[in-house]
Amino acid sequence: MYDTTSEKDVDQKTIKFSARKVQVFYGDTHAIKDVDVDIEDKTVTAFIGPSGCGKSTFLRCLNRMNDTIDICRIEGDIRLDGEDIYDRRVDPVQLRAKVGMVFQKPNPFPKSIYDNVAYGPRIHGLARSKADLDQIVERALRRGALWDEVKDRLHAPGTGLSGGQQQRLCIARAVATEPEVLLMDEPCSALDPIATAQVEELIAELRRDYSVVIVTHSMQQAARVSQKTAFFHLGNLVEFGETGNIFTNPEDKRTESYITGRIG
Amino acid sequence: MTDATLNGDGGRPNGSLTTQDDRTKARNRAETRFKAYGLAAILVGIFFLVVLAVSIIRSGSPAFTRTVVDVEFTLSQSEFEAAEEELFKTKAYQSLFISTLKGQLDERGVEVAFDEAAIERLLGKVGGTIREFYTANPDKLGEPVQFELPASSRVDGYFNGRVTRESIQDSRFLMKADLDLVDVLHDAGIMKSSFNWTFITGADAGVDNPGGAGIGASVVGSFFMMLVVLVLSLPIGVAASIYLEEFAPQNRFTDLIEVNISNLAAVPSIVFGILGLAVFIQFMHLPQSAPLVGGLVLTLMTLPTIIISTRASLKAVPPSIRDAALGVGASRMQAVFHHVLPLAMPGILTGTIIGLAQALGETAPLLLIGMVGFVARGYPEGIAAGFTDPNSAMPAQIYTWAARADAGFYEKAWGGIIILLAFLLTMNIIAIILRRRFERRW
Repeated sequence: MYDTTSEKDVDQKTIKFSARKVQVFYGDTHAIKDVDVDIEDKTVTAFIGPSGCGKSTFLRCLNRMNDTIDICRIEGDIRLDGEDIYDRRVDPVQLRAKVGMVFQKPNPFPKSIYDNVAYGPRIHGLARSKADLDQIVERALRRGALWDEVKDRLHAPGTGLSGGQQQRLCIARAVATEPEVLLMDEPCSALDPIATAQVEELIAELRRDYSVVIVTHSMQQAARVSQKTAFFHLGNLVEFGETGNIFTNPEDKRTESYITGRIG
Repeated sequence: MTDATLNGDGGRPNGSLTTQDDRTKARNRAETRFKAYGLAAILVGIFFLVVLAVSIIRSGSPAFTRTVVDVEFTLSQSEFEAAEEELFKTKAYQSLFISTLKGQLDERGVEVAFDEAAIERLLGKVGGTIREFYTANPDKLGEPVQFELPASSRVDGYFNGRVTRESIQDSRFLMKADLDLVDVLHDAGIMKSSFNWTFITGADAGVDNPGGAGIGASVVGSFFMMLVVLVLSLPIGVAASIYLEEFAPQNRFTDLIEVNISNLAAVPSIVFGILGLAVFIQFMHLPQSAPLVGGLVLTLMTLPTIIISTRASLKAVPPSIRDAALGVGASRMQAVFHHVLPLAMPGILTGTIIGLAQALGETAPLLLIGMVGFVARGYPEGIAAGFTDPNSAMPAQIYTWAARADAGFYEKAWGGIIILLAFLLTMNIIAIILRRRFERRW
């Protein structure tokens, strides 16, 4: 590991991820074309766009989840705090400890609620003792706004919770490892409006400590929770800017068509 | 709606919901028919299962009993010394036995005439058995000792209905007149039927001695063989499947391996037998007829079954579980061992038990590597010897018995089948208990 702290200027410090000329290929399909984006710290960045536009694919590039797909090939430059995450020396496991992820469908492990949250800290050796681990689990569940609902049944199976609770459990699981960035791939698509509201509140909370990137199909949601919005269309990043600007005063015709409901 | 006018063939009926139209009736009839076929198939299956179970138990149960002559015999020190002085020692013991037997018959008020030859035909060389006992236990001299002397297999057959007065001809094995003596002894309560422990605990006996043959030694052989199969095929099979399913790159080479594994599962077992003979015995010089070699051959046969079922159950684990584990920063190996493998465990165990059950019942490859029935002449001494000493396995033992001329062995073969099924059932029950412990919902 080389130290880049001294080279950082004031502007770069607030930028977590910076992607330049990112291309993604699935076999012969060119899924992501020339994406340049800067994701800031302590900010919620929303990726919107029609289905199949590549926003989830791009999200999965940020913590190298695409490595598990054999035919997927990535070109370009993605830097986390100035370090190239596709450098040969980078272990994706270390990267994913820094860049947590919440998936579209709630996917708790078929284990107890406690074990679900404790798994990350356990494998990364974050807890020195049982009491320490208990504390980490409690803090994560509180952050996931789930503590009050499950504190009496921590050893009940995580799969026995309702859909919304499961998703908040997954968020708690992701924050338990103290990541710096939290990636969320349509975290509310399987949830009802009440659970969605709870998760959105949670995202607003999380912004204080993390940089959050959220992929969503709901433009209202993007408008509600995010400060920055990126609009993807057919693998291109069409427009990226302040959420307010994108929704009220889009520069690109395609963005305008999408947010007014003419395409998508 | 324009659909109604587009429907050219008249389609949707306008009738009441309470009357079924022709299409609905036809569909319901088809469904009823299909259910009937299914039910019939299950009933036929159950019928054959019952027929099989009944015939196995009926033909096999005689193997578990034997006819014995129960005589209280007392030999004094002086009689023992006198008998040891004789030239034909066993003959002397035999006459002593016969006089005791006569005395006991008199006590019960039974009159019957018989000679030494008849006793020899019914009970074999009684004198030898008695002499062996007293030379081994001289302290029992002068005390009454209860002797249980097994009768010949033809006498067994007489009580089982296999031998009748009409079916036998006078021979040096059994005379028609002997059966009268048998009846008398039976009525007097001296000759009776008792549980045949020798069959369960004993080893194979000579071709002329079905009464003395037991399956115990080959059960031990099968046990050691299954141990080898389990210890080798489960870890190798699971490791291979995990590599192929979770780590291996998708390329021509892995495709080739995949096709070959699927084909190996369909290779006739005798091919593995001759391979084992050539490689393990002739080339590697491992001991002949040893459960170790049998286990190695059966491992080759079991591996494809285990690999195929393990891969199927790994595939069935939802990919979201892997994503979840990788997403919190687990390595691929941690994702597999902490999350995927426990969920795949029930399927892996099912595959393992199917593979082991197949291996347990396999006869052909064992015959080729010399694990034939008559090799199982005794128990191995110790655990290491259990793997390397010549022994047989249950199916090979059963095959050997079934191929023998003496009808007494036919019963033993059926009895052996019962023991084999009991062994298999025990194995399955253990697997089911293990699987219950691993089974979790997600």
